[in-house]
Amino acid sequence: MPEKKSLRTEYGKTLVELGKKHDDLIVLDADLAKSTKTELFKKEFPERFFDMGISEADMIATASGFSSVGLKPFCSSFAMFLTGRVYDQIRNSVAYPHWNVKMVSTHAGISVGEDGASHQCNEDIALMRVLPGMTLLCPSDAFMTAHLTKKLYEYESYAYMRLPRNDLDVLYSENDSFEIGKSVVHKIGRDITIIACGAMVSIAKSTLLRFQSLGIDAGLIDMYSIKPLDAESLAQALNKSKALIIAEEHSVIGGLGSAVAQFSSERRPLPIAFIGIEDVFGESGFPDSLFLKYNLTEEAILKKGKMLYDKF
Amino acid sequence: MKKDFLIQRSNECRKEILKMVYNASSGHIGGAFSAIDIMVYLYFEKMNFSKNNFTDINRDRFILSKGHASAALYSCLAFKEIISFEELSGFRKIDRMLQGHPSRKTTPGVETSTGSLGQGLSFANGCALGLKIKNINSKTYCMVGDGEINEGQFWEALMTSARYRLENLRVILDYNHLQIDGKIEEIKNPSPSRERFESFGFYVIEINGHNFDEIEKAFTEADLIKRMPVFIIAHTTKGKGVSFMENNVDFHGTPPKKDEFERAMKELENA
Repeated sequence: MPEKKSLRTEYGKTLVELGKKHDDLIVLDADLAKSTKTELFKKEFPERFFDMGISEADMIATASGFSSVGLKPFCSSFAMFLTGRVYDQIRNSVAYPHWNVKMVSTHAGISVGEDGASHQCNEDIALMRVLPGMTLLCPSDAFMTAHLTKKLYEYESYAYMRLPRNDLDVLYSENDSFEIGKSVVHKIGRDITIIACGAMVSIAKSTLLRFQSLGIDAGLIDMYSIKPLDAESLAQALNKSKALIIAEEHSVIGGLGSAVAQFSSERRPLPIAFIGIEDVFGESGFPDSLFLKYNLTEEAILKKGKMLYDKF
Repeated sequence: MKKDFLIQRSNECRKEILKMVYNASSGHIGGAFSAIDIMVYLYFEKMNFSKNNFTDINRDRFILSKGHASAALYSCLAFKEIISFEELSGFRKIDRMLQGHPSRKTTPGVETSTGSLGQGLSFANGCALGLKIKNINSKTYCMVGDGEINEGQFWEALMTSARYRLENLRVILDYNHLQIDGKIEEIKNPSPSRERFESFGFYVIEINGHNFDEIEKAFTEADLIKRMPVFIIAHTTKGKGVSFMENNVDFHGTPPKKDEFERAMKELENA
């Protein structure tokens, strides 16, 4: 079994590391610091940590105020409450006036598990992607999370990063570096390239050998930067592959799949299959069982891949 | 305090607001007229805010949470020489800087974009708290409307102001009793009483928001308060300054017709 690591713990640890170097880093949370791991920052820098209580709207617009006096605020909560609940505040108090506020959610997607659909946000990418100028990241492992957290600190504009509740397979190392607007090209497939983000990257990676045994040459791009997309790696896939599969722990509506399909249809239309949450709410259950029931699996990817291949 | 000057400046601002809304054929006169006297006091008497320092970290800040009164803000910025009077004719027009509701990115001197109601006080808290962290001794003023406080976020923000004892913050309620659908008491009735804001942890001062002596007294008193945010309940009149607009909800968001514009301008010129 590959080693697994917590992305949100890595996020919290990186905030502490950044806090030691930078006095202007401010962290806000909405009564979920233990879960989002911003409590690590709270312990180290209590004077720069603000628990805003269960009032996410107030948290977001307060962060804008911090930004206006030259501080660099990071806000965290669960994806559900950091996007859907405060869409208007992010739009009108952060993005429209253009304040440098970073929003980093945890517990994104259906892998929230037992808490059920009220807490499983499969719509946050869609909500944030549509906002003018929004930068949107969805890392796939802990090292990438740490690296992107540092990149976000340096980045002088508003941005959203989504992290899962559960630990994910370690895919990269401390020495790898990741840029906003780039991707990790594991391989461009001659037949199919899978474009995935977040938890779906390691699942997709596991399908590559299985595709090979079926005589299908499949590749994988880890498209952790959903906005802006990495146009260069996408162009490679569009030029060399015959079809794409998009895999994301998010609704098939409005997420990475929609972004890639839009890109493809203007550059070089290819057949595309979509792996994600269909137009439904989730439910309570163990994360693994939910991934199985809602088709976020190797088998689902293989099935869609075979269907595409049969039409070549 | 140069009271005569402030009275005159308010009158001049009202005339600019009237012209702006008339030229744009849209905009919010009533709430701009109820707010303008306090804004004139802050911009032309109280605040450390000028064309030379309006981007300095040490400036005082005014956040118009009730962004619908944008014309009042723009008139002040024009008299402060931060935007030109020529710009006022472009209010609410395409390719011009003065948006229907204040926009930080297009208009110099606007602290942040407002208009989606209920959000300005949270922003002001962030300014005030951030300035405290940076040991900068300037003040943050935030004006909210009595209709606006139907929004839940305003009450969240009040708790934040009190929790962090933001003595460098003054919240001003423009209590003109009318919102777009009618009397505030007949809609959600937020009952903005002294007791209510005291119970939230504020030092509360009540004034007539059109009387410069009372306005001056309130903001001077506010400067003496330690370890508590200050809440000023300003009793105002919607449409103040033009007889047929006063307490008339029809002038909340409907521009005056030609004859109304002329009558209103005549009243202001004779005031």
